[in-house]
Amino acid sequence: MKKLLATAALAALAIGVASATASAATKACWVYVGPIGDFGWTYQHHQGLEAVKKEFGDKVETAYVENVPEADAERAIERLARDGCNVIYTTSFGFMEPTLKVAKKFPDVKFEHATGYKTADNVGTYNAKFHEGRYVIGQMAAKMSKTGVAGYIVSFPIPEVVSGINAFMLGAQSVNPDFKVKIVWVNTWFDPGKEADAAKVLLSQGADTMVQHTDSTAPLQIAQEQGKLGFGQASDMIQFAPKAQMTAIVDNWAPHYIKSVKAVMDGTWKSSQVWSGMAEGEVALAPFTNVPEDVAKMAAETAEAIKTGKLHPFTGPITKQDGSAVGEAGKGLADGDILGMNWYVKGIDDQLPQ
Amino acid sequence: MDLLLTIMTASTPLLIAAIGELAVERSGVLNLGVEGMMVMGAVCGFAAALLTGSTFIGILAAIAAGIVMSLLFGFLTLTLVSNQVATGLALTLLGLGLSGLIGESFVGQPGVKIPNIGGIDPLIPGAILLTAAVAYVLFKTKAGLVIRAVGNSHSSAHALGYNVVAVRYLCVMFGGGCAGLAGAYLSLAYTPQWVENMTAGRGWIALALVVFASWLPWRAVAGAYLFGAISILAYTVQTFGWGIPSQFLSMLPYLVTIAALVVISGNRSLMRANTPACLGQSFVPDR
Repeated sequence: MKKLLATAALAALAIGVASATASAATKACWVYVGPIGDFGWTYQHHQGLEAVKKEFGDKVETAYVENVPEADAERAIERLARDGCNVIYTTSFGFMEPTLKVAKKFPDVKFEHATGYKTADNVGTYNAKFHEGRYVIGQMAAKMSKTGVAGYIVSFPIPEVVSGINAFMLGAQSVNPDFKVKIVWVNTWFDPGKEADAAKVLLSQGADTMVQHTDSTAPLQIAQEQGKLGFGQASDMIQFAPKAQMTAIVDNWAPHYIKSVKAVMDGTWKSSQVWSGMAEGEVALAPFTNVPEDVAKMAAETAEAIKTGKLHPFTGPITKQDGSAVGEAGKGLADGDILGMNWYVKGIDDQLPQ
Repeated sequence: MDLLLTIMTASTPLLIAAIGELAVERSGVLNLGVEGMMVMGAVCGFAAALLTGSTFIGILAAIAAGIVMSLLFGFLTLTLVSNQVATGLALTLLGLGLSGLIGESFVGQPGVKIPNIGGIDPLIPGAILLTAAVAYVLFKTKAGLVIRAVGNSHSSAHALGYNVVAVRYLCVMFGGGCAGLAGAYLSLAYTPQWVENMTAGRGWIALALVVFASWLPWRAVAGAYLFGAISILAYTVQTFGWGIPSQFLSMLPYLVTIAALVVISGNRSLMRANTPACLGQSFVPDR
């Protein structure tokens, strides 16, 4: 069966690669981990592709491969590199090593890897400070929750997800020091069924606020069904849960992609580590709904403070789960510490899978 | 009670798809396209329900979509006698691609949900009734005897005057209809929405369940419910914060289901008696 599946995946890849027509235009290519119809993570990256198309018209040619399994990404990336892409965006944490490997073979092609931390001469990284948004929703959750417990559905224990949980918790604790969070790892980025199951389990275990770091709208729908509240992920998911969504952390990759493609066109592209957040508009919050005015006001003020740099979600000293403290008093953690975060803050009962 | 309902919801799509495939395999046809038929059922059911506002029409559309897909498979493997394994895989790929195309304009639209009857969604008991019906037909009726004969020795069944290809066509269509229904369950009851690839491998799990259930309908129920139960309990255990690695818990449903079904399939002669001997073999009538 495994072999059959592998064959199937191979064939899928071959079909999935959009064919290219030769021209002088700059060719920008994307590798997606999910389907563009996920209405979450991949959908938002694809919106970025569309924005690039719109911005540059004939001067740019685009291609993408969707549904690329993380374990099998090298082939997809190499295929795009061979197809004459000038810049390739690999949009999942798990694509890090394959991207670096392919980049070595194609020194003239530029690569940008989303959410990773390793670079090379022709490999840059770009990421968004999702934790800024998560700090705000943590505050909102603590204000709105009646049971004082949030249910948090997560995909994989990588720094991006872990720092999200921590920022959420720190935000919540700033409102209610005794706030609790129950965590379920579903070990997938995208499986509406599993996400719905996890949501039902969490709500039956006393959580009354749904938070997710997976990509489908299912958890929010379950929250709505059961008369509970929650937050959207990656896209504004309000039409799926008009009575449940308080806000959503919206990823807006378009500004980065436009800037990056422009740099490739002008020949000014350089490998760098771009990490933008609320200030640059890369992380945005959907309109506040289903919350009283004072909660919306608090959230807006916190967001504004983060935007202007007055508030850093990880302001030291922060007490870790094991009781030790990190960070200097009154100062935000260094970017590197957040990008490599592999510990929980105090107050989280879950044990971090290693 | 909540927990029980969650388990049943998680198990039902697997069960419906598995029961359909069980009938197909009993007739000697191996259709690996369950995932593709299921995802087509999901998108067509969602689209029809959204456009008409009726989940009943949605369900009918999903079943029809599954049957159309299975007829394509039937035409290729039964009429043109192509390789069943390759054709089934192709059917899955076709279904995944085509459903994405059909569903493009439906992404991001909230769907309609099958209304509950007496506090329970009607497809949960429906799946059990379906199992009972399949078990009855396969083992208590002449039609079932013919299906099993075709699956065990198509040449003998042919020599006795039964139309092997016609019987297989009917079984393949039944399997397609069930897969389509299972897909509709996902997009209209489980998580009322359409997103690409929303079946997320459930068709493959259903296929595996058929084998591990040694082609016996009630064992398929046991397998599907066990799988659902362990998945949900694994999530529940996580919320306790005991620090059991989540990767291990995610693996548990597969592990336990395989172990349990291997144990109950320990009886070799029973296993031999129930494995369709002509499974996956093409049949060309010689006259």
